Amino acid sequence: MKLPTFPTSLARLIARLPAWPPSAAFATACNRAAWPTLGELDWSAAHGKRFRVHVKDIGLSMYLSVTPDGLKAEKSGPVDVTFTATAEDFARLSLRLEDPDTLFFNRRLLIEGDTDLGLTLKNLLDAVDWDELARRMPLALGRIAQAARQRLLPATT
Amino acid sequence: MPLLELICPAGSLPALKAAVDHGADGVYLGLKDNTNARNFAGLNFDEKSLKEGIRYAQGKGRKVLMALNTYPQPATLPRWHKAVDTAAELGVNAIILADPGLMGYAVKTHPGLRLHLSVQGSATSYEAVNFYRERFGIQRAVLPRVLSLPQVENVVDNTDVEIELFGFGGLCVMVEGRCLLSSYACGDSPNTFGACSPGHAVRWEQTATGMETRLNGVLIDRYADHEKAGYPTLCKGRFEVQGETYYALEEPTSLNSLEMLPEMARMGIAAVKIEGRQRSPAYVAQVTRVWRAAIDSVKRAPEQFKALPAWMAELAKVSEGSMNTLGAYYRPWK
Repeated sequence: MKLPTFPTSLARLIARLPAWPPSAAFATACNRAAWPTLGELDWSAAHGKRFRVHVKDIGLSMYLSVTPDGLKAEKSGPVDVTFTATAEDFARLSLRLEDPDTLFFNRRLLIEGDTDLGLTLKNLLDAVDWDELARRMPLALGRIAQAARQRLLPATT
Repeated sequence: MPLLELICPAGSLPALKAAVDHGADGVYLGLKDNTNARNFAGLNFDEKSLKEGIRYAQGKGRKVLMALNTYPQPATLPRWHKAVDTAAELGVNAIILADPGLMGYAVKTHPGLRLHLSVQGSATSYEAVNFYRERFGIQRAVLPRVLSLPQVENVVDNTDVEIELFGFGGLCVMVEGRCLLSSYACGDSPNTFGACSPGHAVRWEQTATGMETRLNGVLIDRYADHEKAGYPTLCKGRFEVQGETYYALEEPTSLNSLEMLPEMARMGIAAVKIEGRQRSPAYVAQVTRVWRAAIDSVKRAPEQFKALPAWMAELAKVSEGSMNTLGAYYRPWK
C-alpha cells in the first residue's frame, strides 16, 4: 500500500513557507497526543540539542528540540542533527512498520550531524510502547493512527 | 536438551514484546551501559524495563538471557559484578559471558545461575568449550561465525555443552571478542567500550559525489545514489589498495542460514540466534515471524523442509546491504 505521491508544484510552494508554523503545529500536536507516553522515557541526553526533520518529497523542514516538558518548535538555523526521508517513510517509521536501519541500508533515511544524538532519538522512539501510546491518545486520533497503521501494513506471508 | 530454540534480540521493551509475540523461545538483552556489546545511546534496559521484560517473557513461558559479554577493566570491575548480581536477583534464565574472570565471580557468588559462553569468548573447538564447562560449568556455548558446518558438528559431537549458532543478521569480520578495528580508528572497541563504531565517532554526509561515511574522520565508504549502504564499520568499508578501490575486508552483507535448518536439526543444535539488538521492534517482529515458521516446519518434517521464497524475500528486505550469505557454514576450505 503506497501513499499518493506529493505534487511537485505544491512541494515547491511548501518549501518556500517559513519553518516556524509547521514546526510549532507538529510540536503542539505531538505533545498533546503523545508526550504523556513519550515523556516516561529518559530524554535528558537530547536536552538542549536542536534537530531538523527534513521531509524531502514535500520540501518541508521542521526544527525541533526536546525539553523536560515535551517537544519545542525552534526557529530555522544550524542544528545538531538532521533526519531526511520522504513523508511516507517518516509515516512508516513513526507507525513502527519499518525498521530505521533497513531504510538506512536502502538509502531511504539519512542521518547527518551528531550521529550519537540521532541514534539516541531513534532508539528512544523505538522504546516507546506503541499500544500504550495509542491507548492514551485522544480517542479520534488513536483511531486514525491505528487505521493508518492497518492501511500501510505489508501483506503478511 | 533443547532443539533449535529460537533466540531473538531485544534492544528495548517493545522489541522484547515483538519477539515474544511472534514466537521467540527466548530473548537476549543487555543493560544500558558497557557491560554488553551493544552499548548504543538510548538502547537497552534499565532495572524497571528489565523487570517488566522478564515478567512479560517468563509469563508466557519464554526465556530471558542477559548478555554481559564485554571484558571488564580493573577500574570499573564492580559495575560488571553488580550487573551479574542484578541478573541473578531479577531471575533471568541465564547470563551470556565472555570473560573468564566474570565467570569465576558468577559461579562463586550465584552458584545456581546458568551460564552461557558468548560468541565474544571466541571458543572455536570442543577443547575450548569443554574447558569452560570444566572450570565454570557453562551450559551453552554460542559458536563464532568462522566455523564451517562440519567443524560445528565436530564440536557438537565432542561436548555435553548445548551449542547455539547464529542464524541470521549482521556478520562480523570473524574475530569476535578479539577485533580491534574499531579501536584502531576511534579508540573504542566492542570488547571494552561495548560498541563497534560508536555513534560519537560516526559521521554521515550527503555530498555531490555520494553519501560519505566517516569514522573519527577516516573515510570508510562513499555510496553512489543507487548503492545500498552498510553499517559504518571499518571491516565493511571500501579502501584504496594499490590503486584499486574495493571491499578489502568484507562486503556489507547479512548471514542467513535458514536453508541449513535441516542440517542443524540433524546435528542437534540447541538454539539459533538472531542478531540485531540495535534494530527496531519492526525488524524483530519481521525476522522472528519468518524463523518461527521455518523452525516449526523443519521440526514437523525435516525431509520435506523447503526454504520458502516468501521467507527468503522477507529476510533479504531487512538485510544489511540487502544481501544474504551462508557465511562460513558452507565453504570448501578449512
